[in-house]
Amino acid sequence: MMRGSIALAEGAITAGCRYYFGYPITPQNEISEHLSALLPEVGGVFMQAESEIASINMLLGAAAVGARAMTSSSGPGISLMQEGLSYMAGSELPALIVNITRLGPGLGGIAACQGDYWQATRGGGHGDYRIIVLAPNSVQEMYSLTIKAFHLADKFRNPAMILADAILGQMKEPVTLSPPEVEIPAKPWALTGAKGRNPQLIKSLFLADGEMEKHIRHMHEKYRRLEETEVLVETDLEEQMDLLLVSFGSCSRMVASAVALARSRGFRVGLVRPITLFPFPADTVRQVSRLAGKVLTVEMNTGQMWDDVRLSVYPGCQCRLLARPGGSIPTPYQILEEIEKFIKAGDSLAKSVR
Amino acid sequence: MQKVFARPATLRETGFHFCPGCHHGIAHRLLCETLDHFDLQEKAIGVPGVGCGVFLYDYVAIDTCEAPHGRATAVATGIKRVLPEHFVFTYQGDGDLAAIGIAEVIHTANRGENVTVLFINNSVYGMTGGQMAPTTLLGQRTTTSPSGRDHHNDGYPLRMTEMLAPLEGVAFAARVCLHTPAHVKKARRALQRAFEAQLDKRGFSFVEFLSACPTNWGLAPQQCIKHIDEKVLPAFPPGIYKDTGAGAGQDTGTEGE
Ligand SMILES: Cc1ncc(C[n+]2csc(CCOP(=O)(O)OP(=O)(O)O)c2C)c(N)n1
Ligand code: SF4
Repeated sequence: MMRGSIALAEGAITAGCRYYFGYPITPQNEISEHLSALLPEVGGVFMQAESEIASINMLLGAAAVGARAMTSSSGPGISLMQEGLSYMAGSELPALIVNITRLGPGLGGIAACQGDYWQATRGGGHGDYRIIVLAPNSVQEMYSLTIKAFHLADKFRNPAMILADAILGQMKEPVTLSPPEVEIPAKPWALTGAKGRNPQLIKSLFLADGEMEKHIRHMHEKYRRLEETEVLVETDLEEQMDLLLVSFGSCSRMVASAVALARSRGFRVGLVRPITLFPFPADTVRQVSRLAGKVLTVEMNTGQMWDDVRLSVYPGCQCRLLARPGGSIPTPYQILEEIEKFIKAGDSLAKSVR
Repeated sequence: MQKVFARPATLRETGFHFCPGCHHGIAHRLLCETLDHFDLQEKAIGVPGVGCGVFLYDYVAIDTCEAPHGRATAVATGIKRVLPEHFVFTYQGDGDLAAIGIAEVIHTANRGENVTVLFINNSVYGMTGGQMAPTTLLGQRTTTSPSGRDHHNDGYPLRMTEMLAPLEGVAFAARVCLHTPAHVKKARRALQRAFEAQLDKRGFSFVEFLSACPTNWGLAPQQCIKHIDEKVLPAFPPGIYKDTGAGAGQDTGTEGE
């Protein structure tokens, strides 16, 4: 049995990450505390920075010279990192950023919530960019998706984020560990000193006419490839369905229980769980929603992923939202009640924030 | 015939974009000479801040990494922690380093991070059009202190070298100027001492270059030299403020000016 935040730290070590830069904030301190002990043992560097602004820029530097490196934080700290994240996306630098979310806006609170979906999936900082976002829903995935995130970041030369919450950080579950990775992919673009080659440059400033448009189009070509090849989604479907549920992260565990309850009462329901939030599993949602006709999104916020669901559903599908913001968790029975009501009702695009 | 003055190997063959009389060009040249002097072309990684020096990579033929405004020392820290045997330096203006990036530079210095900082103090924000900087002199008119910097509203000029030198992580700290050939010679020597500090792994090294920004001072290059002598030097005394290297104070000679 392992705690989620420890599994995540272990995943980073397995993936060959040897550099961590971070600043304390609840509820993710277990990650940095664990890595502060682990990294020196494997010849790595753990650094507590003076702020999240410094952390993300130390990470930028480490990524620029080709290291596998990461930071972790929560809400306010992730907000402070947005400028650096935008620079890293613009400079095409791969690294892992972990957001164990807390409540917001402001100092908010430390309970579990999913209010940072928009910030994570829309880029978050200034400019026309995306970051890769993975949303685990178990301790096993806190481990394995961390490894996956490093791979995707390197493959696409783009920052990647693990978006999780205090439930996933704190809960204990069994984990199967994989063999450590020693080889990280070659990074010929990295700065290593201009020895035997021309000087190289990592930058996001493009002032010449048309240069920036070309650069952004190049970045968006990567995002399109991500959408084509790297979508991760879990589905639990029936042949005939009257309703489809969509939920991610810790919330999807509650929804899975509700699905079991609903089926035991004879309702024909299915579940789609996006694992990559960007790239969003739009095709899966489109195809499956066509079969079900009705789509209920369940989230621990006021309805953020709901935007992506509504953009993805098959035209004409009815969409409803069950949203519990501010640290409240929708219970399986509450979800069941909503399932029943929706299956029996006929309206569309109803939004219920409880 | 022996060639006594040549283009440093690390200085690219291209004209500077700087305004006439700007001291960024002299600082760039000194940087390249010093990189050459220690044969660092193949192991140097430079981090320019955001300001008129951001195009460092257009002139200096080494690996370079852009940093967000003010964050160059944090970026340099990340680089140096991964590549401790490489030579890592930042090149930052006074807005970049002494305003938005002051937390990063203090902590980088205090950690004794083994990097070198070239700090260009021209007492204004050059790139954005001459606004007041933390280093703007009392009474100095800028586009955002139109009747002159008034300490009641704007506080006092910030002396970074004096502030950083006492920190235990700092191995070398000096303020130099570039407005006469004699001063340039001293500046070159100070920069060499700073490089030596990093090469000897003694910790953080810092060189502040008092520089002219003729465009935003509204002065001709010749008047800038007079302005530096009469107004800037009394507020920002040049000198070696700290040197932990062997033979300190013997050949640097900027003390007691
Ligand atoms: C976060 C952020 N704020 C503001 C700016 C705009 N900006 C660009 S350069 C600069 C100041 C440059 O002044 P200085 O560092 O003194 O360098 P100089 O141009 O004088 O050499 C500012 C404020 C920016 N790029 N990023
Ligand atoms: S604006 Fe000032 S600092 Fe910038 S290039 Fe011109 S003279 Fe130099």
